[in-house]
Order: sequence, then C-alpha cells, then structure tokens
Amino acid sequence: MRTPLFLFVWLGIAAAIFGAAIAFGNDYIFFAGYVVMQYVVLSTAWNILGGYCGYVNFGSAAFFALGAYSTVAIYKLITENDFYRMPMPVLMLVGGAVSGLVGFGMGYLTLRLRGAFFAIATLALAVVLQTLVVNWDYVGGSRGAYIMRPEEIAPIGNYIRYLFLMMMLLAVGAVTIARLIEHSRLGYGFATIRDDELAAEACGVPTLKLKLIATTISGALMGMAGAPFPYYISYLQPSSTFGLDYAVNSIAMPLIGGTTSWIGPLVGAVLLGSLQQIATVTISSAVNLLIVGCLLVGFVIVAPNGIVGLVQKYLQRKPEEFVGRRHIETESPETVP
Amino acid sequence: MIFSFDLLINAIVSGILIGGFYAAVTSGVSLSFGILDIVNIAHPAFIILGSYVAYIANATFGIDPIIAAIIAIPLFYVLGAAIYQIYYVSFEKRGQESLRGLAFFFGILFITEVTLVLYFGVDYRYVDARYIGPTLHFGFVDVPLRILVPCLVSLLLITVLQLILTRTFIGRAIMAVAQDQLALRLMAVNPVRIKRIAFGLSIATASLAGAFLIIIQPVEPSVGREYIGRVFAICVLGGMGSLPGTVIAAMLIGIVESLTATFYGPSWAPAVSFGFLLLTLAVRPAGLLGR
Repeated sequence: MRTPLFLFVWLGIAAAIFGAAIAFGNDYIFFAGYVVMQYVVLSTAWNILGGYCGYVNFGSAAFFALGAYSTVAIYKLITENDFYRMPMPVLMLVGGAVSGLVGFGMGYLTLRLRGAFFAIATLALAVVLQTLVVNWDYVGGSRGAYIMRPEEIAPIGNYIRYLFLMMMLLAVGAVTIARLIEHSRLGYGFATIRDDELAAEACGVPTLKLKLIATTISGALMGMAGAPFPYYISYLQPSSTFGLDYAVNSIAMPLIGGTTSWIGPLVGAVLLGSLQQIATVTISSAVNLLIVGCLLVGFVIVAPNGIVGLVQKYLQRKPEEFVGRRHIETESPETVP
Repeated sequence: MIFSFDLLINAIVSGILIGGFYAAVTSGVSLSFGILDIVNIAHPAFIILGSYVAYIANATFGIDPIIAAIIAIPLFYVLGAAIYQIYYVSFEKRGQESLRGLAFFFGILFITEVTLVLYFGVDYRYVDARYIGPTLHFGFVDVPLRILVPCLVSLLLITVLQLILTRTFIGRAIMAVAQDQLALRLMAVNPVRIKRIAFGLSIATASLAGAFLIIIQPVEPSVGREYIGRVFAICVLGGMGSLPGTVIAAMLIGIVESLTATFYGPSWAPAVSFGFLLLTLAVRPAGLLGR
C-alpha cells in the first residue's frame, strides 16, 4: 500500500473512532482513549530505535517528561508575560524538538560503544533529568505545577475531546512514520544494524549516522507524546511524570506485540493499554503494573516475536496441514532485507 | 558559598566511607556486567530485596542485619544461579541476549519492585543495631559508625571476592570465561556452569549490600532506582570487572557526590554519577583500571 493511501485509511479509521466516541456520549471514554493513544505513540517511537535498530531505550519516561515539562515552561512563560496562548500542535513540535535534541546528544555520546552502554545511559538519564526538574523551581520543582485546562475549544467542544483528537492524530502520524521507515532505505539500514552491526559497518552502512537518526526520531516522537500531558493531567509532578510505568509500558508493548513491524507496537499498545485502563478501574493500579511486568517477562521468554510473531507462525503452519503429512524439514524462508 | 576547611575534610571522609559502601553495591555488577557481559540492570532490585530480608530478620528475630545477610547469602546464591539458568536457556543459547535479555532483566526489576510495594507498602523501613547511632570524633572529623561499619565489612567482602577470583580454580575459570569460552571448554571446563557460579556470586553480594543499605539509610522499594546509574557509572569508571578499580572508582564518586551535596545541596548529588558515566564513556571507555 502506498503511504498516502495508508495515511488516508488510518485517518478514516481515526475519524470513525472519534465519531463513535462522541456517539458513546460519556467523556470518560476520551480520558481512557487518550492514554491508550499516548501509549501507541510511545511504543511506536520506542520500536523505531528498539525494534528496528536493536538498541534498548529505558529512558522513555525521561523523553516523555521532557516534552511535558517544555509545555509547562512555555505555559509559565505565557501566563507570566501575558503572551498569546500557543495552540497544541506548536507545543507538540516544541516538546518534540527538545526531546529530539536530547536524544541526539545522548546517542552521540553513547552510541559509538556497545549497545548496553546506551541502555544504561538512558536509564541514568531519567534519574538525572528528574533531579534537574526537581531543582528547577520555575516549572514547579518537587511541588509540581498546575496547568489550567481550558474548558471548551471552539469547534469540538469539551477540551478533553480536543486532546484526544490531537493524540490520535499524532498516533496516526507516528505509525505512518514507522511504516515509512520500515519500507525505506533507512529501515533496511536499521535492520542491518540490528542483525550484525560489525558486518553492516564493513559493508559501508553509515551505522553511527543511522543510529543517530533513529534516536532523534524516537526521542522526538516521545517528546511530542508528552507535550499535551500537562493539559491532560492538569497537575504535573516529577515523580509521576518520570514514573517507571512509562518506561516499562513503552518497552513491554512493542515486545508483547512484536518488534519487527509497525503493527506490533500498535497491537501491543491497544491491547495492553485498554487492558490497563480496565484493570485500573476494576482492580488497582499497582496490580495492573505487576501484570504488565509478568507479561513482559513471559512474552520475552516464551514468544520472542510477540503476538504478531505468533499469528504469523499460525498462518504459515496452516497450508502445510492441508498438504498432508509431508515430513520435509523446510526452514521458513528468512526475509533478508 | 563559604569555603570551610572543616566542612571540606568532613565531606571527603564521609565520601570515602560512602564510597566503600558503593564498592559493595557495585561488586556484584562488576562480576555480572564487567566479567560475564550480562547486563543485569535488575541488580539494584536484588539489593533492595537484600535490605528487606535484613529488615525482616531484624524486626522479627532481632538478628544483627549484617549477620542476617551472611546467613541469607546461600539463598541469594541459589536465586542468582536459577536466574542465570533461565537467562541462559531463553536468551544466551538463542543468541538474543542483547534486546530481549535486557527487557527480561528490566521486567524482573519491575516485578520485584511492584511485589515489594504490594507486600510492604511504600513506607520507609529501618533496622536496629548497636552501631546505628553513635559517632566517633577525631578532632573536627565526625565518623558515624552506621557508615563506618558497612564500609569496613564491604572492603572485607571485596578482598574475599578478589581472593576467590585470583587464588581459586573457580575464580580463575571465571576470569577465563570472560576472555575465551572455547579455550575454557578445551580445558574440560563447562563455561555455562562457571557463568552460573559467577552470576550466583554476583547476586549473593546483593544480600550484604542490601543489609549495608538499610543500615545506612531507611529503605523503601523504589530506592534501588537511584542506584542503577551510580552502580553502572562506578563499574564503567572502574574498568569493567576490575575489583580494585571498582573500589577506587566507588570512592572517587563517593567523594565527588559528598562534596556536591555539601556545597551545592543534596538534591544535586544524583547528577554526579551520570556526569561521570558520560564523561568516562566519551573520554576513556576502558575505565581507570581497564583490562
């Protein structure tokens, strides 16, 4: 499918979801849906670096929080100086730019070494950025910051509907970008890094450059997902924004869904995100995080290719059963990019 | 900022003492990450587990936390060996350790933390022992016993580990498995068994380190997270798997953190280790005493 058509189809689906949600009538569905869409963006962004390149980022929460706090900083700047209020897409772009820059800097310092160093550095980055935010009184420090959410917005009505719509459009954008990368020269380059970095380098693939592109795109998308968050939550606090749940979810969702294609993170985020929304309401939020952790470990051990891998395996096995008892050991053809 | 000589000396002394404790925390990671190349980011979670074991033993039976930790060492060793076995069968054997192995340990970190939260809540827990409280005074230098005791026992622990690594057959085999598995196999040694022992040892140190942690400060389940960056920074700075290097790096980071906390405020201290980590990676990736 060509990319414009793909985008068009998903925009259609998004419009249908939005229409259905309005028809549902209850605004809670927007609050819950916003979180699910946010996870679609986070897990898709994580997968661009983690799934395509094979570099694990544990600092999703840090990039997410960077986006959120850049919105808070702009909000403070505007309310103190009485500037014109900035529209949400601009805030998203600013948040994305900040996170993308940090992603680039992190990558530049650590990606020249073995992959594990990058993972550890991202883990430490979350702690350090949290330290910086806690010490930065302008954005609220450890006390947190209040953001006044506008009640209504002109054509759509309730502001949460607008936030949901924005996040859903971002999710469509993120999935489209992921798919575009996957089927492009860039994506094949990423796959060579994932499979054998040394061999790729020897063949003339500019690995460092590609990895930097991946960290920047991935970080920027996470920052964009974080930018509307202060308006959603209306009280932003460092310990919850840098919380481990964002980091663990954005890793668990792609790994449970399947990391090799754009559809895996989407499936993982929608399934796991909805499950969590239901579990948070019906059981408790701590238990639902435990479920996510156990699912992550279980899937990583038992089904390394996630739900998508399981489905593919099932589809591939079926024709053989029709053919009959042919005991030929046929390896499934490796899709070498 | 008022510069005071007393304050400076006190900060350096407490940095060295805290550094001794950091060395114990890092020694396990030096074994697993430095020597075996297993990126066990769940190590701080095992340390917190050690803290809670010491807390339970102390609160219910009144046992000294360090003695409780020594009693718990075999349990932690078995736990470590079991985790390595799972890790080996599911990831190393299939050659998937980089991405999925990391996610596996991250999941373990998460499960341990959430389980502790569900069971004990997020209240701070602490232990009782005779050496918690009194402080030795040497002129204007104050040495709190609650930090001195863990520091000394930790140095003892590292000496024992170093002796095991350099003087025993198993220890030499552990050093060898890091260099050349095939050569080790030609010597009729099973590298998987050696790695299992080494990983068991690395988790066993978490038992003691956990006890030290709860002696030094009250513990709640998410405290371990601050140690992730610090522990790996020390491990990298010390030169990946060199125990003497680990001690030097731990004390260096301890001193710099303590100076930062004294002169800029304690809330800035966590940034120190990250700065060191990035600086080391950018300037000298082999660390201080790299192999």
